[in-house]
Amino acid sequence: MYSLNNVSLDITQGQIFGLLGPNGAGKTTLISMLCGLIKPTSGHFTIDGLDYQHHSSKIKKIIGVVPQEYALYPTLTARENLLYFGSMYGLKGNDLKDKVIETLDLLGLLKFADKQVQTFSGGMKRRVNLIAGILHNPKVLFLDEPTVGVDVQSKNAIIDYLKVLNQNGTSIIYTSHHLAEAEDFCSNIAIIDQGQIFTKGTPSSLIASVEDARNLEDVFISLTGKALRDAI
Amino acid sequence: MLYKIWMSVVKEFLLLKRDLGGLIILFVMPLVLVITVTLIQDSTFKTVSDSKIPILLVDNDKGSVSKTVFENLEKSNLFSVVTQIDNKAITEDVARENVHKGKFQLAIIIPKDLSTDLQAKVDQNVEKIVSSLGMTDSTASAEPQRIIKEKEVKLYFDPAVQMSFKNAVMSSIDKMISQIETKSIYTTFQNQLGEGTTDFEQKSFITFKEIIPTINNKEVRPNSVQHNVPAWTLFAIFFIVIPLSINIVKEKSQGTFVRLRTNPVSNVVVIIGKTITYSVICMIQFYMMVAVAVFLFPSIGLPSLNIEGHLFLMSVVALFSGFAAIGFGILLGTIASTQEQSAPFGATSVIILAAIGGIWVPVFAMPSIMQIIAKSSPMNWGLEAFYDVLLRNVSLLEIIPEISLSFLFFILTSAIALFYDQKKRAV
Repeated sequence: MYSLNNVSLDITQGQIFGLLGPNGAGKTTLISMLCGLIKPTSGHFTIDGLDYQHHSSKIKKIIGVVPQEYALYPTLTARENLLYFGSMYGLKGNDLKDKVIETLDLLGLLKFADKQVQTFSGGMKRRVNLIAGILHNPKVLFLDEPTVGVDVQSKNAIIDYLKVLNQNGTSIIYTSHHLAEAEDFCSNIAIIDQGQIFTKGTPSSLIASVEDARNLEDVFISLTGKALRDAI
Repeated sequence: MLYKIWMSVVKEFLLLKRDLGGLIILFVMPLVLVITVTLIQDSTFKTVSDSKIPILLVDNDKGSVSKTVFENLEKSNLFSVVTQIDNKAITEDVARENVHKGKFQLAIIIPKDLSTDLQAKVDQNVEKIVSSLGMTDSTASAEPQRIIKEKEVKLYFDPAVQMSFKNAVMSSIDKMISQIETKSIYTTFQNQLGEGTTDFEQKSFITFKEIIPTINNKEVRPNSVQHNVPAWTLFAIFFIVIPLSINIVKEKSQGTFVRLRTNPVSNVVVIIGKTITYSVICMIQFYMMVAVAVFLFPSIGLPSLNIEGHLFLMSVVALFSGFAAIGFGILLGTIASTQEQSAPFGATSVIILAAIGGIWVPVFAMPSIMQIIAKSSPMNWGLEAFYDVLLRNVSLLEIIPEISLSFLFFILTSAIALFYDQKKRAV
């Protein structure tokens, strides 16, 4: 039994690629592999022409990762967290400080820069979590459910900022349960279930491929069924 | 890389600064520990103690022997002798009951007629010797000798008292009784030999004296502080294992560890950052404890720690012992999945390392197998190095074996942690 089986994807530069699927479908496993957190038992993939086996360090410099959990130090301020994680990407000095201020400002958090993250709301934490993954202007950005559990305002701020990043050349690969959000946000989508890719294409082509489908949710239900998918 | 290490150190200090509980564990508890333990253990190193242990004395003899025992016990300054409870003379049963209930730690029961029987026995023996030498009074009639049974001084101990206390008390009472017997023999001889005989010199002919080692013409006299401060400083330094392992486990549970794994930063950098931070903490702990031992101890009735000319080497020992503790903490934090695993295991293992390292019981007093095991405890290496510096006045060269072992332990534990982490890191 494999978490993923026969997965084949080709994500081109500049795409916003959505990985959609029910709980336990294999989305997080796939994204964890692409981020270098899990080693595939077989198969091969490259990022910007590089593979982890030989170019792990190079890949880590060009990718950004926004994990599903708030991967931040709760007792550090937003600024302290970002200065630390930014420095781990090799940024330093005024460049780093300016970048932190700029991104905090863009995501509406500058006035909370010196507050401890543990005092933040879920939406504020999500935005800091996002900034920590994009300070170094990555070529490829991996996001694992970046808008889960946040208010509408925070969700919009995050999506809008991701669109700006994409326009500036960052390819985005993200997982989500918000199908409407994905339909609006993604240029390409793959629906994954039971470790396999069921279908892939642009949102409009996927909707058109299923009879009577009005939106991505209809496509999703028709492919994955209505049965509950509780996963541990 | 240096900037990444610097930022890791800054981050670690910020995390510690914001953790009040952690700071108390790191800085206040070691001070409380070293003061408390040194105060308690101080009396065992003093020849004269300020506190007296109340003991019960049941005098069924009412003679010169029991009087001498009473006087000697009082004079010893270790005990205060209780002969009455509620204004009533104590019987053996009352004494036994009180001791078994733990109200008193010791009861001494002096048997009936001890003085008269002792004197009679000595008289008989001396008479025998004198007559064998032909010095008997010719007019004295030969009376049949009565049989005198051996006498027994009973000791009741509180079951809770430690064996070392029991042994010390039994040894001192044995010595006291021997002296009384000897004195009786001398006195009887003197009486038998008649008036006009020169008094016997009853002072001990053989005495002993401890020769205190001298360094630079100064005596190096060990005291409770010279022994306790290094031992408990090491114990405190090793307790850094707990906050350090919790720090690493928290990084895993918070997700920051996962983020770092996706960053272009080696785990070696993260470990170096933690090592530098916690080494500084260890040294602050060490200097705080030394400062307390030098400046505070004299004002609470304890001897001051003599660090004259030793501070540099003591610092070296503290630093390398700190490395050993940090290596162990990193390994524990890397392997443990939860704080519930790392904290109790860390605490217990530090206590075990302290026990086998000779912090409580000197290694020379351990069973032979434990003495071998003790040599494998990083705390023993640190303790031996501290004693070498403080009490044996050695040079840096002579502590190199011990500090090298501590550093090797750090390298080994860190390497295992890195290897374990590497195995867990898939790519």
